[in-house]
Amino acid sequence: MENILNTYTTTKLDNVNVWFKAALVSDFPKDGGACVKYKDKQIAVFNFERTQTWYACQNLCPHKLEMVLSRGMIGDQGGIPKVACPMHKKTFSLETGENLNGNLEAIATYPVKIENNIVYIGFSE
Amino acid sequence: MKTLIVIGNGMVGYKFCEKLVSKKGHENFKIIVFGEEPRPAYDRVHLSEFFENQNAKALEMAPRLWYKENGIELITNTRITDIHRSKKTITSTTEQQYNYDYLVLATGSSPFVPPIKGIEKEGVFVYRTIEDLEGMLAYADKLNKEKPNAKAAVLGGGLLGLEAGKAVMDMGLEPHIVEFAPKLMPRQLDSRSSQVLQLKLESIGLNIHLSKATNQILGNDGHITGMEFGEDDKLDVDMLVISAGIRPRDELGKTCDLEMGVRGGIVVNNKMQTSDKDIYAIGEVALYNQMIYGLVAPGYDMAEVAANQILGKTDILMPDEIDMSTKLKLIGVDVASFGEPFMPASKGHSIIFENKTQHLYKRINVSLDGKSLLGGILVGDATDYNMLHQIYLNGMAIPEDPAQLILPASEGGASFGDVTDLPDEAQVCSCESVTKGQICSVIENGKATDVTGVVSCTKAGTGCGGCKPMVTDLTNATLKALGIEVKEGVCEHFDLSRQDLYKIIQVKGYTKFNEVLDNHGNGGHGCELCKPLIASLMASINADTANKEYAIQDSNDRFLANIQRNGTYSVVPRVPGGEITPDKLIALGQIAKKYDLYTKVTGGVRIDLFGATLRQLPLIWKELISHGFESGHAYGKSLRTVKTCVGSTWCRYGMDESVSFGIELENRYRGIRAPHKIKGGVSGCIRECAEARGKDFGLIAVEGGWNLYLGGNGGATPRHAELFAEQIDNETVIKYLDRYLMFYMRTAKPLQRTAAWQERLEGGLEYLKEVIIEDKLGIVQDLEDEMQTLVNKFECEWTQAVNNPEMMKRFNHFVNSEEEDDNLVFVPMRDQKMPQPWK
Ligand code: SRM
Ligand SMILES: Cc1cc2nc3c(=O)[nH]c(=O)nc-3n(C[C@H](O)[C@H](O)[C@H](O)COP(=O)(O)OP(=O)(O)OC[C@H]3O[C@@H](n4cnc5c(N)ncnc54)[C@H](O)[C@@H]3O)c2cc1C
Ligand code: SF4
Ligand code: FES
Repeated sequence: MENILNTYTTTKLDNVNVWFKAALVSDFPKDGGACVKYKDKQIAVFNFERTQTWYACQNLCPHKLEMVLSRGMIGDQGGIPKVACPMHKKTFSLETGENLNGNLEAIATYPVKIENNIVYIGFSE
Repeated sequence: MKTLIVIGNGMVGYKFCEKLVSKKGHENFKIIVFGEEPRPAYDRVHLSEFFENQNAKALEMAPRLWYKENGIELITNTRITDIHRSKKTITSTTEQQYNYDYLVLATGSSPFVPPIKGIEKEGVFVYRTIEDLEGMLAYADKLNKEKPNAKAAVLGGGLLGLEAGKAVMDMGLEPHIVEFAPKLMPRQLDSRSSQVLQLKLESIGLNIHLSKATNQILGNDGHITGMEFGEDDKLDVDMLVISAGIRPRDELGKTCDLEMGVRGGIVVNNKMQTSDKDIYAIGEVALYNQMIYGLVAPGYDMAEVAANQILGKTDILMPDEIDMSTKLKLIGVDVASFGEPFMPASKGHSIIFENKTQHLYKRINVSLDGKSLLGGILVGDATDYNMLHQIYLNGMAIPEDPAQLILPASEGGASFGDVTDLPDEAQVCSCESVTKGQICSVIENGKATDVTGVVSCTKAGTGCGGCKPMVTDLTNATLKALGIEVKEGVCEHFDLSRQDLYKIIQVKGYTKFNEVLDNHGNGGHGCELCKPLIASLMASINADTANKEYAIQDSNDRFLANIQRNGTYSVVPRVPGGEITPDKLIALGQIAKKYDLYTKVTGGVRIDLFGATLRQLPLIWKELISHGFESGHAYGKSLRTVKTCVGSTWCRYGMDESVSFGIELENRYRGIRAPHKIKGGVSGCIRECAEARGKDFGLIAVEGGWNLYLGGNGGATPRHAELFAEQIDNETVIKYLDRYLMFYMRTAKPLQRTAAWQERLEGGLEYLKEVIIEDKLGIVQDLEDEMQTLVNKFECEWTQAVNNPEMMKRFNHFVNSEEEDDNLVFVPMRDQKMPQPWK
């Protein structure tokens, strides 16, 4: 079970080798998130409509290892964009993946780009 | 550069490092810390929390990185085996040698294991480290699987023993406490308070055995099966936790000939120096004033003294008297003792207040001249502890009639002692030695503007946490005194209270979250506190359903279902009043069977179907709706159920049609969104089979009409609803309820149930009667009209969702695939299924 966490590692823009075409912009809720399947991975993608910014991270919450983060509520803490897990409201920075209200492992984050109303997520493999 | 070696990386060893590196002069030392345990120091005081979350990281005092950043070399998993004082070196288990200039021994203590025959058996544990807990959890898990009613005993009924007792109970084992003395907590409590505590603990399910000396641990195949006290006196148990006291880990001191206490412990002076001036000892290994202090607060003080001494500030010394006041945490019952709990009659007078029916006992000891507080004991309600403890510590004056200090307010007890009366030097947080003056000054000089700020500036409240309420009061009082308004804002995005936001949304007619945020917020994007709150307010005012702006809804409302442990959902159709036809029951059964859902009757008299995936939710609801069901709003902060008894329809005692009226009320208030959930009950007579007085609103049929009760609650703080009106007819009930619920929706705090709201309402029930019955505020017509609008606008949100393809898009696990979550694992449970247990 633990090793499922290892399938997710933060990918920086410089290391992107694959831009995965995920779905249309309109498939995602405004100021909310949805889950994208990429190979054996589940990736939560969030649309901050207010600032026209997108974020992606693992769908797996490191707290109880459930695939739920995409269903969490987004917002910000002191300007840091974050997601709150729907299960026990642990919050994570969508920039660094850091757990903002506890000591959980950081979650992996991924770059997102939008081209022609299509959402792409960047992976290294 | 001198080398300073710390042996032991427990709570006190860590605190020593923290204090040292915060002081000038530490740069001249190379610091090496050895710890025998595999991980860096963690918060042993809150060890029991590990049972809840098994999250060792959350207990860490500081991460490894902290040591690195502060230039401290931390070597864990390594025990020091010898000290060679003449060469000034030490040796570790790995046979390595290290030189030191100064040595600090912070090796703590180990649990005392009495030499009882058979004590080495499998299933016998001590309770001190994370590894001990992991061992207990694994063993309990095994027992729970093998045996339905496994029992666990704790040897020792002291502070720690009771905590361990609660822990084994939470592990699902039948808990037993075995104590040698004739009473529980013999060191802190007198006999009467101990008896009150015992009654209370027995009422929550702990079995207590006093005056028992264990002569043998019985076993089978090497594992424990029981304890033997006398010839025919045995207790069958499957697991045993020993909590019979502690012994200092002083073996290093012994082998290098430091001066030792007769019963162990390394002797130190008031500089924390041992008999070798370059070796210091602190924490539970140190014998000071011929005592081992088994608490963190004195250990932290010792760390402060030793750090100062080593840095050359030789005037900082350990005080002669050490406060040993304690407050028990965790067990679900308040117990505290401070100062001199048992006092001989020659020294003063005791004032005792006891109420066995409520498991309450309070004793204070007052000096012969009646002017000062010497100590006391509190069982059942320790809310006064912080204040009494402060009065005792600071030698503050007490009222002429000291009984006022402990009497309940209604019986002439005044709320004596306000935080602002404390002297500046009063120690508010004893773990971190933070005084009132320090707290006030960080606020006064602008370094902190709220409680979180005060905590991070001063560290107050980061130890045992017992002083938190006091820190909060003090912070608020200081802010007020400075003329700064204490913020009642709902979160960082809004400085406004829920009540203010309610008015603003109503007057301005906002219908979108962003409108409210942009016009009245502090910027940013909102968060999990303000979004659902504003969603709930717009629903209370405009009768919006949760489908309207689903991304701001709390996660359950967003998917119109309650999320379960593995991310699947439960489905709860409304069954008004609990009345259901056989056809509908069959339909429920067939649907549950078709989708393989775990089925259970809820505590709210309806049926819950568990384990539906996101994709299945609308399919299931479509079928339910076609059989005449609608949403039960089990996911919303809204009306849940109106529980009824069968009443005069069938019952030979029934005074009225409780089912009919219950159904009418449930259908009237279904769907409305409120600050918290609302539950109702209607009983056909005073036998009260519907438990109506445990609900937010309750009705009991009596001769000549209904008695209406308001503000009841089950849950964590149960409260009976209060009688509001007597012998009223159905129409009047509805009128009063409309007004009551609407008034609550307008004025309560976020997530405040009616019970808590009503209790804090200034003027209480009388005021409520004036508003609702006598229309003192002249608002009842508005309240009724607003409620009627909500009632008229009701719409089942599931029906709305399944008929709208755009809304249905929400119920997919993936946006780019039809597949289900591949991480789901179910295991069998009796004849049904359940999610696999969390690790
Ligand atoms: C399903 C059910 C337990 C069961 O299997 O019987 C249940 C399940 C939950 N209850 Fe409950 N409660 C259930 C009846 C009760 C009752 C009994 C009753 O309604 O008469 C109570 C005590 C009465 C009361 O509310 O005063 C009750 C007091 C609570 C509380 C404490 C509320 C309080 O004011 O202290 C919570 C926590 C909260 O709401 O913050 C809670 C919270 C919950 C949550 C929402 C916990 C959570 O956040 O996930 C559970 C949702 C599970 C789910 O998915 O459905 N549940 N819960 C019962 C559903 C009743 C229904 O048909 O809707
Ligand atoms: C379940 C529980 C609940 C408690 N609740 C409270 C409470 O509510 N309030 C309160 O004030 N106190 C409480 N305590 C007591 C409190 O935890 C102790 O007073 C405190 O931990 C003592 O700190 P210490 O650093 O002296 O010892 P420890 O925390 O025991 O640390 C000593 C460390 O030194 C290590 N060590 C020992 N010998 C060597 C060696 N030769 N080489 C290397 N390392 C060595 C040990 O492995 C250990 O890690 C509780 C204790 C427990 C177990
Ligand atoms: S009491 Fe309620 S909240 Fe607690 S476990 Fe049971 S259902 Fe869940
Ligand atoms: S599973 Fe995410 S917070 Fe608990």
